Amino acid sequence: MMCRKPPSEPAVRGARLSKTGKVRVHVIDGPNGALLTVVGVLALVSAIAMVTMDYGKVDFFQACADAAVDFGQMMLAPGLAGHFTLFEVLEGLFVSLALAALTTFIGALIAFFTGLFAAGNLSNRRVALVIKVLMSVFRAVPTILWVLVFSVAIGLGPEAAVTGLLFHSVAYLTKAYSEAFEEIDPGVLEALRASGARWWQIVFRAVVPATSAELLSWTFIRFEMNFVNAVAVGAVAGAGGIGYQLFLAGSFYLNIHEVGLIVYLCLAVAIVLEVAATMLRKHYIGRR
Amino acid sequence: MERSRAFFRKKTCVLAGMAAAFLVVNAVAAVYVGFDFGEAAAEVPAGVAWLLVEFVPTVDSLGKLDTIASALASTVLVSVASSCIAAVFAFVLAVLGSKTVGRGGLSALIARAVASVFRNIPVVAWALILLFSFKQSEFTGFLALFLTTFGYLTRCFLETVDEMDTGPIEALRATGATYAQIVAQAVVPMTATSLLSWILYMIENNVRDATLVGILTGTGIGFVFDLYYKSFRYDIAGLTILSIVIVVIACELTSNYVRRKVL
Repeated sequence: MMCRKPPSEPAVRGARLSKTGKVRVHVIDGPNGALLTVVGVLALVSAIAMVTMDYGKVDFFQACADAAVDFGQMMLAPGLAGHFTLFEVLEGLFVSLALAALTTFIGALIAFFTGLFAAGNLSNRRVALVIKVLMSVFRAVPTILWVLVFSVAIGLGPEAAVTGLLFHSVAYLTKAYSEAFEEIDPGVLEALRASGARWWQIVFRAVVPATSAELLSWTFIRFEMNFVNAVAVGAVAGAGGIGYQLFLAGSFYLNIHEVGLIVYLCLAVAIVLEVAATMLRKHYIGRR
Repeated sequence: MERSRAFFRKKTCVLAGMAAAFLVVNAVAAVYVGFDFGEAAAEVPAGVAWLLVEFVPTVDSLGKLDTIASALASTVLVSVASSCIAAVFAFVLAVLGSKTVGRGGLSALIARAVASVFRNIPVVAWALILLFSFKQSEFTGFLALFLTTFGYLTRCFLETVDEMDTGPIEALRATGATYAQIVAQAVVPMTATSLLSWILYMIENNVRDATLVGILTGTGIGFVFDLYYKSFRYDIAGLTILSIVIVVIACELTSNYVRRKVL
């Protein structure tokens, strides 16, 4: 046992004092210490990353100035330069929206069933665990790789794009749906079970009516995300849509004005979808 | 009884209407892009079977493991750095633009507009624009991720700071604390765990997005995948995917562990 000298004149009983005898306001303990450690580690890793990063052969400050000018041109002077007509660009926009809609629709259908089997109150624990592990593997592969892989497996086209986009949609919606199902009042399920209702009857008489608004809201939120993904996938996997035109304008025609116009169109659609999604979230989805 | 029946009838009608609208939109979309449900249903299982043969890493492809590992390490570093540095800028903007401790009308409007624009410009557009001036380098990828993350985190941080309890802030204000003191002593401690949770989420997300950006900027794991994918070395491409899966899941488990420790 160490013999500890009691503080000569404690200002506040039980308070920790600093060397000069002042009461310490900040005490580093448990969660607080863990937080500081994590922040420290993240700062250190970031510093290492910035030091070891390959900055290329360009003059850094010149490049920053050029990038600022490019950004200004993109935002202030959007326009067409003869590579596409306005009609073609709008057509591309609708292709991306259509790919997003199809992905959302098929994804929602699949996720409805996987969501039921992943919900703790409707399924058994082992099945739920298997689905959850499967979904986290789905999510771990970047969307763009799913699409690239499927475009060699079943051939380039809308089928490959939709199939590739599906994986993350299903994983996301399964999680959202199963959490919605888990929030159902257990009394309702118990009452139906006691009255001899079968599992599918419970699903369609209690679970679906009670959660339909929330399910539809999540589905729409996923549609917003799928549009963003469809644009990105179109650019890199050549899956068509406005993303591919963005890629052509940016890396073949090297035309910043066309990039600007396409960016404005994407921005307009994304902001409209975002506002709608935020409203749905506020109305129909409780705080988690 | 009659009223409740009418209520349920109305509810069923609304739901059926929505489902019908949904189906019509999808039928139109399918015709528009030439998507064939039957073809997709027939081709996908065969495609998956083909993948499970072609994309399985062979002993031969293990030789490329060091290339993949070093590319993955640089990708993870870029993701962490872009998330953390963006978080610092996002926090400053979110505090200045918040309803609780913000600098009022105009700055709130500017913060929200900046967040929305930066978040919604596709990351592909950022990468392409930055390629003009920064050329092919890791820094280009870093900047593209940084700018989208900055927009996303500003939006999340704005919500967090807005929902904060205002009691401690008023108390500090009453004691005559300066703005910097209020932020350091009240805003940071009250929001720290929630901010950290968002940053961890962004790191996971950026590891995946970095693959996309890497394909465009020719760096990191995206470049390695693209190289072997385009030269039909699917076994090595498969190994790359497997490595990404392992790293992303490791990131997820680590951040879950950290969340448990901190919260």
